[in-house]
Amino acid sequence: MATIMGARLGKIERLRAFLPLSEGEHRLAPLGHAPADAALGGGIACGALHEVFAGEPGHEAAATGFALALALRVAQGKSLFWIRQDFAALEAGDISATGLLELGADPARVLLFRAAHVEDALRAAGEGLASRGLGALVLETYGESKLLDLSLSRRLTLAAARHSVTAIHLRTHATPSNSAAETRWIVRARASPFNEENWGTPVFDASLARNRHGATGQWVMEWNADDGAFRETAHLKPVAAAAFDRPAATAMGAKRRCG
Amino acid sequence: MLIAKVESAMRLAAVDMNAARQGLRLGMALADARAMIPMLAVHDADGHADTRLLGHIADWCERYSPLVALDGNDGLLLDVTGVAHLFGNNNTVIPGEHERESVRAREGDPGVGENRDGAEVPHALSSPARMRHPLGPLPLALLTQRSAGDDSVSLQQQQLHHEASMLQHVCRAFSAQGFAAQGAIARTAAAASALARFAPGTIVAPGNDAKAVAPLPVAALAVDPLIQHGLRRAGLKTIGSVAARGRGELAARFGRGFVDLLDRTLGRAANPISPRNPMPDCMVERRFAEPITTDDMIAEILFALAASLGEILETRGTGARMLAASFFRVDGKMRRIEIETAQPTRDAAMVARLFHERLAALADPLDSGFGFDVIRLSAVRTGPLHSHATSFDSNENERQEIDFLIDRLAARFGRTRILRFHPQDTHIPEAATVALPAQYSITAKTSWKRARVSGEAPRRPLRLFAKPESARVIAEVPDGPPARFRWRRVWHQVTRAEGPERIAMEWWRTDQGQPTRDYFRVEDEKGRRFWLYRDGIYNRETIDPQWFVHGVFA
Repeated sequence: MATIMGARLGKIERLRAFLPLSEGEHRLAPLGHAPADAALGGGIACGALHEVFAGEPGHEAAATGFALALALRVAQGKSLFWIRQDFAALEAGDISATGLLELGADPARVLLFRAAHVEDALRAAGEGLASRGLGALVLETYGESKLLDLSLSRRLTLAAARHSVTAIHLRTHATPSNSAAETRWIVRARASPFNEENWGTPVFDASLARNRHGATGQWVMEWNADDGAFRETAHLKPVAAAAFDRPAATAMGAKRRCG
Repeated sequence: MLIAKVESAMRLAAVDMNAARQGLRLGMALADARAMIPMLAVHDADGHADTRLLGHIADWCERYSPLVALDGNDGLLLDVTGVAHLFGNNNTVIPGEHERESVRAREGDPGVGENRDGAEVPHALSSPARMRHPLGPLPLALLTQRSAGDDSVSLQQQQLHHEASMLQHVCRAFSAQGFAAQGAIARTAAAASALARFAPGTIVAPGNDAKAVAPLPVAALAVDPLIQHGLRRAGLKTIGSVAARGRGELAARFGRGFVDLLDRTLGRAANPISPRNPMPDCMVERRFAEPITTDDMIAEILFALAASLGEILETRGTGARMLAASFFRVDGKMRRIEIETAQPTRDAAMVARLFHERLAALADPLDSGFGFDVIRLSAVRTGPLHSHATSFDSNENERQEIDFLIDRLAARFGRTRILRFHPQDTHIPEAATVALPAQYSITAKTSWKRARVSGEAPRRPLRLFAKPESARVIAEVPDGPPARFRWRRVWHQVTRAEGPERIAMEWWRTDQGQPTRDYFRVEDEKGRRFWLYRDGIYNRETIDPQWFVHGVFA
């Protein structure tokens, strides 16, 4: 009997480790990237507001991928609510369902809201954060707006905490300003490892520029769509970085795969 | 006096009572009329305004019955089946009874329906309809679908009495609004329509349609003037005499359609009307002695109506998928507002919330004016909904929460704003998935899984441009991968490229052949990954292929 109980308890412990999100108010969703998780004190906080900025113009897709990856970590299989401004879709491309699928999201569990302008996007975000059914909400706004200020970030934080829906505010063509967000990430695309045959897995140069409850840092993070988790890239700085220091002729002769 | 251009001559399109007394007739040339009465005041006929006005009147008539149809372009048709008994007894609440008081207060108002200067008249229903029809009043055809032999004789008598007082009441309400109207009640729409025009005030007892329309002139049949002429030449002056002829004879001479129309007018064939708004599955309404104006009151009443509608729906085991609230203003204007839900519902709080969202988002806000005296809530479309206890299944609760979220957003921003993805059976990248309104889409078990190969880097970009953007590309060989490309005025140095992935357009769908696309996945010196394609196979389809950026990978 005791052994059975013991085995059961062990199983429960294992399940608990496996499902770290299942209990408690301040749940943390580990990202899977050890140094980043250490800085975050175990993982990214659920039921809070996180900001993701594109490091510079042209890196919107990388920031989008990173925001999606964060959302997938916190949503844990629950539905995802993606709010995007029409203009962002024109400028940086629309969210593609096949693209979501390639990154490990289930498009059937994604709701897309097309907002005509920032006001509508924010109102929809307010509605979304009041809905317990959602796992995470991504609010994508384009450019600067007077509405996106400190008091808005406070409101979003409170709303996120009330129903423990995690909000990820993806901002493109914008510069960081004061906000009440739990974390702020500045994301750039990162070249694929040099000698990788299967190149093109999403690798981000992510800088944790703000962390209300811990240290900041900068890491190269790779998203593993199959496990639905981040990981450290095997080849960190190395040869790949040298590629763009070389003269153009060498770069043109770089590795290609046809077919 | 209204004129319109008919066959390049100015002719009288409508004459009022005064003019008719002086011998002016419809269709008379304006020059002839001027010769008779040099001081004639004429206005141009405005068909669109007439149609609009008739639409407003039809909206107003919805307070008597939800089934209102336009009868030609100058009359109205109401299905008042089961309505008349409300008017029979002086003790019962008569719909619209109290509104007469508010209207009477305005009767002294010189602007109401007295002259043609309709533009200055303050209410929606003030253009004088009595001028519009050559015969004067607006024909109002009412029908009740009640077959003979349903009831005993005394019940039938009572029913006829009720119908008479209803007709009287409706006509009085019209005249209070400044309109002249004349009506008739019959068992079929065609008969009612003919009687309203040629024998106003008639109320046909069940089974007597044929007898009632028999003495009417053939003009009462809504047929081509040529056929009417033909009938008259054949010596058939009344509908009765036409009906006495053999069916075969008539069909041979005037066509099958004419015989059908005759049968409908005689009450021998079914004659459904096509109402302006669909017949609701069920509806509840509230009438107020004191018109209500404030938003709070409206919200409260909508909640109460939703609650009583929910009770009715519960007994039927259904829930509403689409609801319409009709607001009848005391001055005759009607506004109809609709909401839809993703799942059948009878939750009053939820319905009230959705109406709140919808009302808050109206571009043209609900104007209560002098107040609303009738508010009606109808379940336009319903679906099965079986009552069950609150589920412990968290998935089920989640689904309900999300459906409610979808409904709220759709009510507020429109249903095309909140979308869900669906895979399509095509390999054209921009058509491979489609985002459909989430309220309508069924979350079927679709084959999303199959598209992804585990362990592989993404083959499709996360962000896809709706319209591929033109790029300038330098390649080593014309059919090789790009070496450099210029897109949005920036040069990108390609460090890696993979491709081509050849995607041919679907020749069976398009008429002219679209060129085949060769897609390349490329990475630039900053690590950004793009999806480019060359439009057309070099040397086979084109010698100067264009390049496009179609998407950007994460």
